[in-house]
Amino acid sequence: MEAVIFYLCAVAIIVGALGVILAHNPVHSALFLLLTLVSVAVLFVQLDAQLVAAIQVVVYASAIVVLFVFVITLLGVDQHEVFEEPSAFQRPVAIIAGALLLVQVVVIAGHHWATGAHATRGHLGPARQGNVETLAKSLFTDFVWAFEMTAVLLVIAVVGGVALARRSGQRPGPRPATGTGDADAQGPGS
Amino acid sequence: MIGAATVTPTYYLTLAAALFTIGAVGLLVRRNTLVMFMCIELMLNAANLTFVSFAKALDDISGQVIVFFTLVVAAAEVAVGLAIIVAIFRRRQDVTADDVNALEG
Repeated sequence: MEAVIFYLCAVAIIVGALGVILAHNPVHSALFLLLTLVSVAVLFVQLDAQLVAAIQVVVYASAIVVLFVFVITLLGVDQHEVFEEPSAFQRPVAIIAGALLLVQVVVIAGHHWATGAHATRGHLGPARQGNVETLAKSLFTDFVWAFEMTAVLLVIAVVGGVALARRSGQRPGPRPATGTGDADAQGPGS
Repeated sequence: MIGAATVTPTYYLTLAAALFTIGAVGLLVRRNTLVMFMCIELMLNAANLTFVSFAKALDDISGQVIVFFTLVVAAAEVAVGLAIIVAIFRRRQDVTADDVNALEG
């Protein structure tokens, strides 16, 4: 049973990943990305990472993919992607480099070089039982400093995103002259 | 290897390696910056899969904790990156990576 689920998900992951890089329409790429993310979430459940799987679905498959689709529709970029490469050898070189990378990483994955110490932060617990408590205990004790730093990182990212997305390079000159209501609406923000 | 009844952690690691490689090749091949961002998401997911399968193999919860931090970094990266893409598009009406070479030496 586990093998069947693994192979199904593996096929879905590979098909989705290839679809992301081969689809001409960015919307199709986003939907293939969704297929890959959900399949990875299924494998997370298989690996006794239930909370991580739930967060994968909520954060990745919902929020991030929706954000991608939203930006695609906002920009309307699906009509003009250039598929002619500026340099003719770039694509073959990329594929050769990718094949070399695949061989290297598969060789690393196949060797039992990871002899790490077992369970320094807490055991996973019995299979299929859920380990949210263990995970939360580890997150709020051993990793609490990193947890606080992620809060700082998120605040910085949100502020940076807002600062980049609002129109910063506005000309101050002609805008208030158009009408009185316009100047009122613009007042406190600028 | 195909058809074996038991799934060892090596299988998951190999799958994550394939996923990472596809993401890397896509990053090199595609020119649309949005698709390049999706390829980065693929590579981050491959790393997450590796972390979780090591957490299972070594029976250690910290592999799953690290995945949280990877998710936070991915969310921050997408927020800032898409804001940059929107800003570039507003100025140049295009999001092709080769056209954004004003800072090229």
